[in-house]
Amino acid sequence: MAAENLPSAMIETVTHAAAWVIVLPMALCLMGAALLLIVRKYSGLGFMLALTVVAGIISCETSLLLQVMESGPVGMTMGKWLPPFGISFTADVFGASFALTAAVVTLIVLLYAEADRPASLAGDGFYALVLLLLAGVTGSFLTGDLFNLYVWFELMLIASFGLIVIGGRPVQLDGAIKYGFLNFLATTIFLLSLGLLYGLLGTLNMADILRVASLANPAAMVGVAALMLLAFGMKAAAFPVNAWLPASYHASPAAVSALMAGLLTKVGIYALLRTLVILLPTTRDALEPVLVLVAVATLVAAPLGTIAETNLRRAIGFLVIGGIGAVLAGIAMPSLTGVSGAGMYIFHAMLTMTALYLVAGLIEKQTGETDSRHMGGLYASSAPLSILFLVLILGTAGVPPLLGFWPKLLLIQAGLAEGDAVGGLLVVALLTNAVLTMIAGSRLWTHIFWRAGFIPDAPLAEAPGRLHYLATGLLTLLIVAAGLWPNPLFEVVRIGAGDMVNPARYTAAFGLAELTP
Amino acid sequence: MNTVIFRTIAPIIVAIMLVFSVYVCLRGHNEPGGGFIGGLIAALAIVVLGISSSAAEARRALHFDPLSIAGAGVLLAGLSGLLSIFNGNPFMTSIWLYLNIGGSIVPFSTPMVFDIGVYFVVFGTIASITLALESENGEEL
Repeated sequence: MAAENLPSAMIETVTHAAAWVIVLPMALCLMGAALLLIVRKYSGLGFMLALTVVAGIISCETSLLLQVMESGPVGMTMGKWLPPFGISFTADVFGASFALTAAVVTLIVLLYAEADRPASLAGDGFYALVLLLLAGVTGSFLTGDLFNLYVWFELMLIASFGLIVIGGRPVQLDGAIKYGFLNFLATTIFLLSLGLLYGLLGTLNMADILRVASLANPAAMVGVAALMLLAFGMKAAAFPVNAWLPASYHASPAAVSALMAGLLTKVGIYALLRTLVILLPTTRDALEPVLVLVAVATLVAAPLGTIAETNLRRAIGFLVIGGIGAVLAGIAMPSLTGVSGAGMYIFHAMLTMTALYLVAGLIEKQTGETDSRHMGGLYASSAPLSILFLVLILGTAGVPPLLGFWPKLLLIQAGLAEGDAVGGLLVVALLTNAVLTMIAGSRLWTHIFWRAGFIPDAPLAEAPGRLHYLATGLLTLLIVAAGLWPNPLFEVVRIGAGDMVNPARYTAAFGLAELTP
Repeated sequence: MNTVIFRTIAPIIVAIMLVFSVYVCLRGHNEPGGGFIGGLIAALAIVVLGISSSAAEARRALHFDPLSIAGAGVLLAGLSGLLSIFNGNPFMTSIWLYLNIGGSIVPFSTPMVFDIGVYFVVFGTIASITLALESENGEEL
């Protein structure tokens, strides 16, 4: 025990086994990936094993989410060292629910990939990389330490880099180099900002930062926050630094692009939400003009990109970027409603963008083309596909009662509640984005499905199988159901946004409140 | 590089390096060394073997696929962290066991198991990369 007047550096309380649900998802992911690496030569085993691990992770995270919803954020610090010495994991409602959504998306993509992957590719470590990617994503959502966040980002980058190049076609290498280089740059900038932040505050633990951030030089803090905005903006593909996304997501197999579109940019934007809204709110206020500008530019430019693009999956890549603009709009007006809208949009984007890429993969399979100019008349040959695509496009644009409608409603409410020119500007940008997305999406739909032209003269070698439709249909059904019955989601984002705007309960999860700065 | 002298000496160098790598790994808890450095030394031993004979020969000598060795290392390290679930502590809390072997106290601990895991990860990864670089075109990895 420490001397009487000195606080102990160790946590003295007993940790119950039930509290382990916060680290088990990451531990299971990493160890599952290791196991899959060992058994990668045994075909058939990989898929079942990966499915089991992801199912285990989902059950852990469901229990974590229920716990967090009921009693507020929970934390665990490795090795019993008090923060900032020990590395902490902290789950609040946003982190836990995003992690759960990511695991569900991964499960569905695994089903799709199993149907999609040629038998010749067995043994390439695909499943191990998917689990590593999920480990990075889950870790980023659940970590309570900024340097640890950087580590998960690196893990995610390495895993996704590997997933893009599996197969080794020249277009994949081309995409991988653009993706790898720009994302590497982003994580390096993030690391720079972390170095500066550590120099200023002497801690990188999130709850500890909340405690001491107000004591640091405000001008220097704005510089750090600006670097973080650049780094996470690149990760999230916000407008001026978005070039890597459409340049790389179309290169890999459809399942991989779906997984990356659903998870990677969302982690970037979540990190921005976490750092700017909860950790450094005063610097966020200083950066607000930049945020508004970036949000408006992303909202307007992205759907224009979709209209201009002819490659189907590149076009959808711009829709992913448009969604990032909507979340940025929420970060630009951090009221309770605004943050709720941003959080809900992240749910919507994770599910809908993944589903869109899965459907795009099916369309490419059905037509044998990747360019929407060479497609047409698909309505006659595969009506289910046309329905899936239409539903998802309407959801992306935000047509009620689909899932995309509710977050946009919240964001527009928040913009109107601001009651100033900035709020009005963001509302106009959001509505413009909805209209342009509608135009771009319906244009794509018309080209691919309605226009006469493409007539399959011979049955295709690899028509989409039943498992393909099962995975895609399941995800779409989930989106429709969540749109028709949004109350649970509203409840989740209401509590989550409350903890974001007022982080008192978040800090309390560490037991740091009694320590004086 | 393929001289008679080198080829004769190489197995001896490799053996010494492997033993030394284990020594460096185990002393690492309180002194310079540790799993990372030990793993590097062991991987370099395999590289020497690969240069003196061939990459395929080195792979045969390893018996296990180097990437699988790295995977086993991650598993071992993860398991060492999971052990503390049984005594009411957070993840990665160290557990110590002092055994009296032949009159001297020998400490065993989960950090040591973790470090051995790191040894395997570094060894497997570096060996896999260097053997891939040394291997002839078209050889099965």
